[in-house]
Amino acid sequence: MNADSAPLLETAGLTKHFRLGGYLSNRILHAVDDVDLAIGEQEIVALVGESGSGKSTIARLIARVYRPTGGEIYFRGRPLSAMRSRSEQLAYRGRVPMIFQDPYGSLSPVYRVSHGVLRALKLHRPALSKAARDEVAAQLFESVGLTPGSDFLDKYPYQLSGGQRQRVGFAQALASNTELILADEPVSMLDVSVRIGLLNLMATLRREMRVSFLYITHDIASARYVADRLIVMYAGHIAESGPTEDVLAHPKHPYTQLLLSAVPDPRAPISLPATSSVAEPPRVVDPGEGCRFRQRCPYAIEECALVTPRLRLLRPAHTAACHVATSDIGVPAKEQAATSR
Amino acid sequence: MVVTAPVLAVDGLSVDYITDRGAVRAVDGVSLEVAKGEFLGIVGESGCGKSTLLFAIARLLSPPAEIAAGSVRFRGRDMVAMDEDELRHVRWRDYSVVMQSAMNALNPVMTIGAQLKDAIEAHEPASSQKIRERSEHVMRLVGIDPIHLASYPHQLSGGMRQRAMIAMALVFSPELVIMDEPTSALDVVAQRSLMLQIKELQRRIGFAAVFVTHDMSLVSHFSDRLAVMYAGQIVEVGATRSVFEDPKHPYTKGLMQSFPSISGPKERLVGIAGSPPDLLQPPAGCRFHPRCPSVMPRCRTEEPPFYEEPADLVRCHLYDR
Ligand SMILES: Nc1ncnc2c1ncn2[C@@H]1O[C@H](COP(=O)(O)OP(=O)(O)O)[C@@H](O)[C@H]1O
Ligand SMILES: Nc1ncnc2c1ncn2[C@@H]1O[C@H](COP(=O)(O)OP(=O)(O)O)[C@@H](O)[C@H]1O
Ligand code: SF4
Ligand SMILES: [Mg+2]
Ligand SMILES: [Mg+2]
Repeated sequence: MNADSAPLLETAGLTKHFRLGGYLSNRILHAVDDVDLAIGEQEIVALVGESGSGKSTIARLIARVYRPTGGEIYFRGRPLSAMRSRSEQLAYRGRVPMIFQDPYGSLSPVYRVSHGVLRALKLHRPALSKAARDEVAAQLFESVGLTPGSDFLDKYPYQLSGGQRQRVGFAQALASNTELILADEPVSMLDVSVRIGLLNLMATLRREMRVSFLYITHDIASARYVADRLIVMYAGHIAESGPTEDVLAHPKHPYTQLLLSAVPDPRAPISLPATSSVAEPPRVVDPGEGCRFRQRCPYAIEECALVTPRLRLLRPAHTAACHVATSDIGVPAKEQAATSR
Repeated sequence: MVVTAPVLAVDGLSVDYITDRGAVRAVDGVSLEVAKGEFLGIVGESGCGKSTLLFAIARLLSPPAEIAAGSVRFRGRDMVAMDEDELRHVRWRDYSVVMQSAMNALNPVMTIGAQLKDAIEAHEPASSQKIRERSEHVMRLVGIDPIHLASYPHQLSGGMRQRAMIAMALVFSPELVIMDEPTSALDVVAQRSLMLQIKELQRRIGFAAVFVTHDMSLVSHFSDRLAVMYAGQIVEVGATRSVFEDPKHPYTKGLMQSFPSISGPKERLVGIAGSPPDLLQPPAGCRFHPRCPSVMPRCRTEEPPFYEEPADLVRCHLYDR
């Protein structure tokens, strides 16, 4: 692979299985199966899906918390499995840091909130003097909207709101030579009124600090707000992926359609279905062939139980893994709206 | 028109937390009514006093919280004056409460069936046959296979645990169900499905509901009326549709500017700058004035009363005309 034309990060056939019930058991949970994704420079890619669909597992694989069961991850064209030296691994961790969901659990109550930023600076930028570290830390706090930064350095977590704590998480992620931030549901535990500020912050950081984001969420509306591209996960597989606006305007996978219908939209006319569906996403233990969505799918045909659908290109740069979904490629634009369901 | 007495009438209710720094007034002079079978939504950011208000209504407050003023009438009887013994007769049987986190409210070492049995027996003697029938009935009502009566909470998904909580709240067909952010811990699909279920049950059983959430968009299609709470006070109340179509209070407008949409043109949202005040020292005048984009000089000193708009009550000087 040519490092110059390669995307910032790419996965090929990425797979992670967990053995259930100890070493003697042979029941295998398929958390992530055969995932190909790519994230470009200064790009925000949203990974969307219900809980249990494998989103965090993908983030942890990319962060090297887990080893893949199969497949490979490439950073600037270089396979992670080839990064053997400690210094190379440390540099990678600095370039691809992670932000977590829980703003209350992720900061230790006994340290000042600048502790993590200062530690990251020491680790990843050892040339900085102590005074310089304090200065950079204050600047980082300012860049995530904690102003004046120097006032926030000495605060303790209990003095900060949930939204402010999550901003500290962003500052920490920016303290190394950051290129890609893995943001695992960074706003889902915050108030709605606070979320939007953090989504705006992601857009600003992408522009001004020139970083990319893998933004993980179950909320497709917030994904639309910040992301250039969407990847929809279902039960460990990619169900659909493409440019955000194209996926929203022409959702091809029935699961994407379900996700869209779940978003509360006060601007839409009232339409309450007569009965509610209580189906849950499956835990994927020893799956056989077939589409993993078929039990919940209103359009399932016989083939869906027999053959696992592969991602097909159905519109420009837009793929979906569904036997029933129709292709719009070669269809004149005017007719597309009518044919895509 | 037949005028029926409201199921719930709250009048001038104030609640204080007694702390060593002084009294924190978390609920300040709240009045509201809920009619039979009505769905009232209460929205506001964290820390605005929503849970405290619900706990006060349900008479579940414990020290350091105390009711400082006001009354809570449930079916015409003043709950504030009732003692524990009297309360035991109405609580759970006539009204019930669903908490934010089933993980905290359910007992982790008891099966769902055993917890339902406890809840039933605490209120009336019943044969084990009867208990089983009723337990199976409420589990089916909320869409859980009665097989899960034998399950422990950790064996259920988040969505199923919340459903189990609702099943528990419905064992006696109460007239009022009080719900404190019952869907907040769920993902969007599970949340939607639970909301639909709650609405369906409400239609079928006919209970009135008071439903609290920080996410205004969530109740848009579900509540009949909406009350917006800020810093311990209700600042706007009206029919849900009219509040959404024409929000009046600058705080309500800010909340409306907080959630992205999946339809229509993509627009930049700003949310609401700053955060709710420390209720130990709430701002003088209008409590929202430090964050308000429309603030006027009088807002800093003069507390706005409720102004009557055609479809709404709104507590903001902009409507003094
Ligand atoms: N360390 C682990 N051991 C066993 N199973 C796991 C582990 N981590 C995740 N899983 C399982 O893998 C699936 C995907 O989980 P996860 O990646 O956390 O999903 P999401 O982040 O989309 O909610 C789930 O069924 C989960 O129970
Ligand atoms: N145990 C307590 N001691 C002192 N103050 C409290 C306590 N619990 C809550 N409060 C105060 O009451 C306010 C309202 O809290 P709460 O009712 O939980 O709000 P909400 O449910 O809207 O998030 C908080 O801002 C806090 O100041
Ligand atoms: S009273 Fe004044 S400060 Fe308060 S919301 Fe209205 S305009 Fe804003
Ligand atoms: Mg996750
Ligand atoms: Mg609360």
